[in-house]
Amino acid sequence: MEPIDLDLDENELELPSEPMHLNMGPSHPAMHGTVRIVLELSGETIVKSDVQIGYLHRGFEKMCERGTWTQVFPYVDRLNYVSPMLNNVGYALAVEKMCDIEVPERCQWYRMILGELARISDHLTCNGAMAMELGAFTPFLWYIKAREMVWDILEEETGARLTHSFGRIGGMANPPTPALKSMCREAIPAILKIVEEGEGMLLKNRIFIDRLENIGKISGPDAIALSWTGPCLRSTGVAYDVRKAHPYLKYDEVDFDVPVGTCGDNMDRFLVRLGEIRQSCRIILQACDRMADEGPVNVDDPRVILPPKQDVYTTIEATIQHFKLVMEGAKVPKGEVYSYTEGGNGELGYYLVSDGSGTPHRVRIRPPCFPITQGLSDLINGAMLSDIVPTFGSLNMIGGECDH
Amino acid sequence: MSVRVLEALKEKFGDAVVETHSQFGDDTAVVRADKWKEVCRFLRDDPAMSFDMSVDLCGVDYPDREPRFEVVLHLYSVAKRHRLRLKARIGDAEGEGAEIDTVADIWIGVNWFERETYDLMGISFKGHPDLRRILMYPEFEGHPLRKDYPANKTQPLVPYRTEEEAGVTLEKQAPFGLDEGMPFGRRAWGTDRGES
Amino acid sequence: MGELKHVTLEGGASGTSGFATTKLDALLAWARKWSLFKYPFVTACCGMEFMALTSPRFDGSARFGAEAPRFSPRQSDLLWVVGTISQRQAPVLRRIYEQMMEPKWVLAFGTCASCGGFYDNYTTVPGIDKIIPCDVYVPGCPPRPEAVLDGLMLLQDKITKNATGDRRPGIVKPREDPVRDLIQLRKKSSREGEA
Ligand code: SF4
Repeated sequence: MEPIDLDLDENELELPSEPMHLNMGPSHPAMHGTVRIVLELSGETIVKSDVQIGYLHRGFEKMCERGTWTQVFPYVDRLNYVSPMLNNVGYALAVEKMCDIEVPERCQWYRMILGELARISDHLTCNGAMAMELGAFTPFLWYIKAREMVWDILEEETGARLTHSFGRIGGMANPPTPALKSMCREAIPAILKIVEEGEGMLLKNRIFIDRLENIGKISGPDAIALSWTGPCLRSTGVAYDVRKAHPYLKYDEVDFDVPVGTCGDNMDRFLVRLGEIRQSCRIILQACDRMADEGPVNVDDPRVILPPKQDVYTTIEATIQHFKLVMEGAKVPKGEVYSYTEGGNGELGYYLVSDGSGTPHRVRIRPPCFPITQGLSDLINGAMLSDIVPTFGSLNMIGGECDH
Repeated sequence: MSVRVLEALKEKFGDAVVETHSQFGDDTAVVRADKWKEVCRFLRDDPAMSFDMSVDLCGVDYPDREPRFEVVLHLYSVAKRHRLRLKARIGDAEGEGAEIDTVADIWIGVNWFERETYDLMGISFKGHPDLRRILMYPEFEGHPLRKDYPANKTQPLVPYRTEEEAGVTLEKQAPFGLDEGMPFGRRAWGTDRGES
Repeated sequence: MGELKHVTLEGGASGTSGFATTKLDALLAWARKWSLFKYPFVTACCGMEFMALTSPRFDGSARFGAEAPRFSPRQSDLLWVVGTISQRQAPVLRRIYEQMMEPKWVLAFGTCASCGGFYDNYTTVPGIDKIIPCDVYVPGCPPRPEAVLDGLMLLQDKITKNATGDRRPGIVKPREDPVRDLIQLRKKSSREGEA
């Protein structure tokens, strides 16, 4: 058979070679964040990209300057909404650093348990969502099932499934429930089993591996220069984990490893997160063994802690103290502080400025996602269009945190 | 450990280091704004300092101080594990002249933080490669994190529907008044009390 | 098919044949309410709860025939607005709404989408109803999946009523209203006191 285009000139067949402009987002099905990427494509290769964030800017920092120090807790919950407990703990530690308070030992273990549970939920969501965006829907459903188990514990403890607002300056809103330890011990093997199942399904899948391996690579020094922290930095082989490097709470007393990757590609980030789920489980089990069943959870400090309800109703001093704490807020000494903890995505820092009153002068959060999202542009330039989805998924950009 | 950093800074730059303190264990140095870039370059390149990671950069507004703004940079050295807070004071009471050298060419990670500070605080960075708004939209006027920007002053991009159009009440019902649940005795900046 | 109001079944006693008569509007509404195609406009924290809702435990959409998400507004008829809408996002939301085909419904998932929530500030739209019409409000921060199921059922009710021209929005109420209970308790006890 004769070729159809016999009488066409070869030159005319050439496609126009100007770069094509493509707009991805801000509401894109394969991106679980609100981000917009303006791409310049040559064929399917990305020549230039401009990542635009800010579609979820909710004025966190401005809102914090209006209420009391304690009223900030609900807002920090909604920063990294996949692991709200870690934000709570981080903020509480920052204010306590200013007030020079150290919470009782039981509370420290309690905070660690809840925090690590939140970290598990964070990594499960990230890995699950990434798998889903690559078309693997079943592992996503499994991971969500495991996450429900974590949320069940958190709900039992705090009363809310997602936004707990459970931290307080100088302690927690409530002491641990008696069932906490048994719930953790029961849930963790089940979670680990689900994680393993999902892993077996994904890591033996050629398509999944091909789309992750050697894509979105970054070297250690580059990642440091970009201010990356957390799992994304560790995937490049730099073992910087705030829990190990600058231990807070009781992290120096528990035994855990820091999983690191080798080449900093998408696969490494995926594996580092899976490794961290396992380490978090180890930490929780150890903390469960070491946390006392009895003892105070809140510090005994009338400057920041509400008096017991019983006293508020019966004595005038407690009533006045309660009134002042609620209506004026706990007074935090004048000055500024930067406190950092390991959040779900990396170093979660709070830079607080107090003018000595009950209202913060400035609450600045250092969101770990922000510099990580900044690096997205470097990762995808020169790659294929379809590589954006796994790369973006593995960075775990959380809109609330990234856009404040 | 990094008290040594402060000493070294003072030794090297003398008068340019205006003030140092270590409140709550965070080592802080305030430097003159015109030496900002030089100090940063020294901190990154000197082998004893080797601050290879810029953790955070933000601005703070002190409306009753002169200079009004502080640019706050947090640095960390992954190898040496020490931290430093570096500050510079700029700008006059009206918020004019808030300008400082960019350090985005020293640590590329600062790039977005500087854009954010420019967007929300109105501090411009001289020589920044791409100083655009990042969190707010380009049409937005003013800088929301300044204390004199009313917290509830919106600048909608699409006109709101009117009640006639919608046929239902659109206003927020009580108890969502202005200042609902806000503490006593706070400074009133940040709210537009006059209008509503 | 229990909710078809105007059905009369006629046929042999064996039940093998028969037909239903109904008003066309009611039939359409019935068909529509069990085959909602959703477009999830997920922006914020409520999205996490939305994931949980679609997951097997709550199975919140397949039970209502609204399982398949359509990621093109042109093919969908139920817009879920899940999360905070900032001023910057507002034009996008409006555009998506305008691209949808009639008949279309909007469900505001969460306090932020319903009224702006506690983000009463320079960047947040105080409720999507300021920009687009909204049919069902599901308050909660984030709402529990059970509340969203209630919301979906309210929407189905509304679709049925649409045939009769009732367009008032539905609001998911808390199951137990503590204040109302308290008032009733007081009334009861005072009545008992009188007696
Ligand atoms: S209603 Fe609450 S949980 Fe939902 S988006 Fe708003 S702040 Fe987040």
